[in-house]
Amino acid sequence: MQSLASPSRHRVTGSERLGLYTLLRVERGDIDPGVPGQFFMLEAPGRLLPRPFSLCLAPPGELAFLVDPIGPGTEALCAVQPGEEIRVLGPLGHGYRLDVDRPLLVGGGIGIAPLPYLAERLGGSPNTVVGFRSAEHAEAAALLPGAQVVIDPVLVTELIDPAMDILACGPEPMLEAVAALCPTAQLAWEAPMACGYGACYGCVVEIDGHLKRLCLEGPVLDASRISKWLSVTKSEEVPA
Amino acid sequence: MRILNASGCLDALAAPEVARQLDAFVTKTVTPLPREGNAPPRIAETAHGMLNAIGLANPGRERFLADHLPRLRELGIPLWVSVGGFCADDYAETCAALAEIEAIELNLSCPNVDEAADSAAEIVAACRRATELRLYAKLSAAHPDVAEVARAVAAAGADGLSLVNTLRAVALDKHLRPALARGSGGLSGPSLKPIALHAVGVCHEATGLPIVGMGGIQSGRDALEFAACGARDAALGTVLFADPGAAGRVRSELAAACAEVGVATPEDAASLSKSPETEEKVPA
Repeated sequence: MQSLASPSRHRVTGSERLGLYTLLRVERGDIDPGVPGQFFMLEAPGRLLPRPFSLCLAPPGELAFLVDPIGPGTEALCAVQPGEEIRVLGPLGHGYRLDVDRPLLVGGGIGIAPLPYLAERLGGSPNTVVGFRSAEHAEAAALLPGAQVVIDPVLVTELIDPAMDILACGPEPMLEAVAALCPTAQLAWEAPMACGYGACYGCVVEIDGHLKRLCLEGPVLDASRISKWLSVTKSEEVPA
Repeated sequence: MRILNASGCLDALAAPEVARQLDAFVTKTVTPLPREGNAPPRIAETAHGMLNAIGLANPGRERFLADHLPRLRELGIPLWVSVGGFCADDYAETCAALAEIEAIELNLSCPNVDEAADSAAEIVAACRRATELRLYAKLSAAHPDVAEVARAVAAAGADGLSLVNTLRAVALDKHLRPALARGSGGLSGPSLKPIALHAVGVCHEATGLPIVGMGGIQSGRDALEFAACGARDAALGTVLFADPGAAGRVRSELAAACAEVGVATPEDAASLSKSPETEEKVPA
């Protein structure tokens, strides 16, 4: 297993377009794929800081990440060619609890990223609802065979049964709406993050009434622990 | 040349295996009272650097001494405690409460909180009266004459200097709004290195005090450049975020970088940067 003190470089084995997203595959090496919802820091070539990604798929010998090109770091990752090497650090943080009776997976946009691996680990084709901004974005739903797919203006929250065990990931307004419907939902949140292992103190969010590092407390949290939504759009990078 | 971390760039309790790669661990700044720090977003990447506005988030002196420091001691690595405050007494009271650590670093230059009204020299003098521990003064290159500040803190009893802290800066998002909730933040990373090298050079010349050089060190070659300008030790900051294995890597690269310029140790590089015949060899 990888030690935090000696992050390893991994060869990229594939880069496939999925609608507007890119599925980036790297050799797994000795990295443990971890629990669904945990995340990895991927080196963004040419950039100072790595970027956090949850694991999308864990095929034998590989790790696959879904990348949305929203700024210089994610664009650099989408441009990586098979054969190149990038530094991969993880798995980090806390993922979803898998001991649920009636799972319902809910994803919005790039927030579908952890759901394919989550579905695999839960087993038994769990019910899944995913929403996208456009039909082109929705092509990524191919990663989730059998999922119900909605496109704006239809929202995933119109389709979910709050009595089920909801495991969600998506943009903050979606998570906030899911939390309002179902306070017991498990939500994978995001925040700008420089290190992913508690060093930078950059990713704090209000959890249990205090500013806490999301990389250590989350990124998956019980909805009831989220004290305050950031109410800022974080799904973009600073255009440095 | 020992390899430390820059204060606030590593949590040794969250990542002990990273801290154990260092020759000494420098804590995040401790203030008298607990601080939650600034609201998010707190960080942003820039071209060749990053901004942070953490705002001295820390558990406060009482909890640090009772809870964090004992657990840090269990790591078995030399400890430096970074001390902050809002007046000279704040600093001095924390210094007086510290014992059995290798050194105290006085954070006299955080760009992300309102600064202490007392001058750097007054704070150092108050701390000097409060402790016999080694006192390093961490200064900012934002001062128009950092060598003058260095001379003042040396006269007030500082045993060493930590150079440099981040520089106050702003980044805008694509809607032209500040990327950080606080507005401004501290600039770190490679864009800080030339400024830090200058500060180390002039402060070394002005005081002769031991210096921990920091600011954009990414490689062993970078660390060697700090040694060439007069730094005795080097601290890693932003590079640890991308590469938690940076301390080990920089240490091995440092040996190779020494061999490349034909010096036996980083200490031997100190004379090179002032030697006229090497001036043309300064890399772009």
